[in-house]
Amino acid sequence: MSRNIYVKHRPAVIGAGLTLFRRRMLETPKELAWIAAKQALDEAGLTLKDIDCVVIGSAPDTFDGVHMKGEYLADGAGGVGKPTMRVFVGGATGVMVPIAAWWHVASGHCKTVLAVAEEKMSSADIPHPQAVFRYIWDPVTEVPLQPNLIWIFAMEMHRYMYKCGVKKEDIALVSVKNKRNALDHPAAQVAANITVDDVLKSEVLVWPVQLLDISPVSDGAAAFVVASEDVARRQTDTPVWIDGVGWALDTTSWTNRDLAFPEYANVAAQMAYRMAGITNPRREIDVAEVYDPFDYKELHHMEGLGLAKKCEAPKLTKEGVTQRTVTYQ
Amino acid sequence: MSRRVAIIGVGWYGFRPVVEEASFREMMFEAAARAYEDAGGINPRTDVDAFASCQEDFWEGIAIADEFAPEPIGGTLKPVFTTPGDGLQCVANAYMMIKTGQFDVVTVESHAKPSDIINMHDVMLFAMDPITVRAINTPNYHALAAMEAQAYMNRYNVPREALAYVVVKDKRNALYNERASYGANLTIDEVLNAPYAVSPLTKLDIAPFADAAVVVVLASEDVARRYTDTPVWVDGIHWITEDPSLEFHNWEFPVHTMKAAEAAYKMAGIQDPIKELHFAEVDNRYSFKELQFIEALKLASPGEAHKLLLEGAFDRDGLFPVNPSGGALGEGVPLEVHGLARLVDAVLQLRGEAGRIQLSRAEKAVVHSWRGVPTTTSAVAVISR
Repeated sequence: MSRNIYVKHRPAVIGAGLTLFRRRMLETPKELAWIAAKQALDEAGLTLKDIDCVVIGSAPDTFDGVHMKGEYLADGAGGVGKPTMRVFVGGATGVMVPIAAWWHVASGHCKTVLAVAEEKMSSADIPHPQAVFRYIWDPVTEVPLQPNLIWIFAMEMHRYMYKCGVKKEDIALVSVKNKRNALDHPAAQVAANITVDDVLKSEVLVWPVQLLDISPVSDGAAAFVVASEDVARRQTDTPVWIDGVGWALDTTSWTNRDLAFPEYANVAAQMAYRMAGITNPRREIDVAEVYDPFDYKELHHMEGLGLAKKCEAPKLTKEGVTQRTVTYQ
Repeated sequence: MSRRVAIIGVGWYGFRPVVEEASFREMMFEAAARAYEDAGGINPRTDVDAFASCQEDFWEGIAIADEFAPEPIGGTLKPVFTTPGDGLQCVANAYMMIKTGQFDVVTVESHAKPSDIINMHDVMLFAMDPITVRAINTPNYHALAAMEAQAYMNRYNVPREALAYVVVKDKRNALYNERASYGANLTIDEVLNAPYAVSPLTKLDIAPFADAAVVVVLASEDVARRYTDTPVWVDGIHWITEDPSLEFHNWEFPVHTMKAAEAAYKMAGIQDPIKELHFAEVDNRYSFKELQFIEALKLASPGEAHKLLLEGAFDRDGLFPVNPSGGALGEGVPLEVHGLARLVDAVLQLRGEAGRIQLSRAEKAVVHSWRGVPTTTSAVAVISR
């Protein structure tokens, strides 16, 4: 792979939008997509007429209950009469959307891209959207075992705790921190002022995963406008540049993965850092938003991203390094 | 630095009504192994920078089906992603990725096993708007295409004979195509007298399904030269979604295809497609669609395609061959593989490796795909040798 830090058409984010995240939104998926898209357009000072291409991100079609969900969402996402492309990489889809928007612009194919991610989980399945996860397994070898999604995470969490000697109360700190951070976020669904004890006393779902270790069912949408450098400079004084992108998928067979260390996140991070010219992420990166569907996953992913050494993330968290008020060294 | 993008390898497996001997993952593996061999024996673990898979959850019967993409194509722990769309849209992604200068070799994959789907009708209902259209509970989803056919035929006075001619031509072309399971020697009367599936379409006007997997390897110009002496260049590629609302899209004419074609032709510097191109592989999952798409691709004026067709212009030995492979009417519809199937046929023609369906003049071609009802999404690529 050739590495040039400066691609010809340097992409920047010039507008963003976010809906409320709630257990059950009354808007249709199309409407959620449009609320976020409109905010992003307004912030960028553009209208749909100015948008060359649309990128849509949404995870399993079964959540929204629509086959070919990208086609269905196209009008809500502003894609009518436009080149509209949907991308999908499981739970990482949300970040794949700006990545795809990046290559739409960096290639010179589009000057302005409206990138929209949407998910409406609440409409899926009875009694609980969790049931969708009965269909994510290998139809021959795994489905007959009737596994549940939380099982995998429970095993991974267990393995991480065992390999790194981490206690449940150390992991619970992540949940306490993130739910408290969310108190100041207008769109957050489960902001709360809780203690480690609350987490440890919450309902056990699949040991060691408890109710407050895990993110809930949520409906919502987010959107960006990504533009090439000339458009970005014209529209805003504060463009946010996309310096590097990276992504990777590990094996489908979770039994063959390293459960204690997220190899996939490491490969993806290395790719993005190389592209951005980052050699020491701990020193050069100021702030990180990492995927934390389970509290231990934040620790896992910090290590994968090279923001902590292996097994070091719980210690950094305990020391308060990842608190919002502390400067990361 | 404007680097050209080349197709350096293609591999396929299946193209049969039922592939019994292999799972979808094994089909992907077979197609990938052949594509990598065709691309000069490259090693996906070391030589491929990224992988794009085109598939849809409901077709797979798996939620989050994208997670099943990496292994069979050599992509584990490498940049792999899925576009739930036609395979040609994955080619567009790969094209853009290579154009960024950050990727040299990108693999595109699509696979389909419609023979595993026992409730196709219900799956198609789920493709319709849950509030406004699904509740109509269309007894046969082909009815949506039939209404488009009726609107098109009324608007441009297209006789049913023209539709039948498309079926006869394509199924006859398919007799010479090693990938085609649905080749047949029919007469116009046999098509016209076949019972209607949904008026004005008979069963023979509707392409049946097929199980298939296709893998295509794309590379930047300098890298392509290293691996192959017969690169096929992607001169232009574009895709358009017209309108997901059935109520609002144009029923008489596929505007999506026309807009995608205009953009792809502009990229490729094509002014007069019928003169500058040598043949076309277009979607024909319904017979009338081939006529519509010929017009939308500007190979005939709107409403004129049926006249040229009946004069033999689009025959294999005609002025401008369309679907010399037989297209979907001959090979079947392998769901999202469809666009890649059209691409493979065109690539082999350009390389002079099309065997018994080889055209005498094949240097530049247009390839088109449509995602079928109820979508209004088309992708168009111009490729040359």
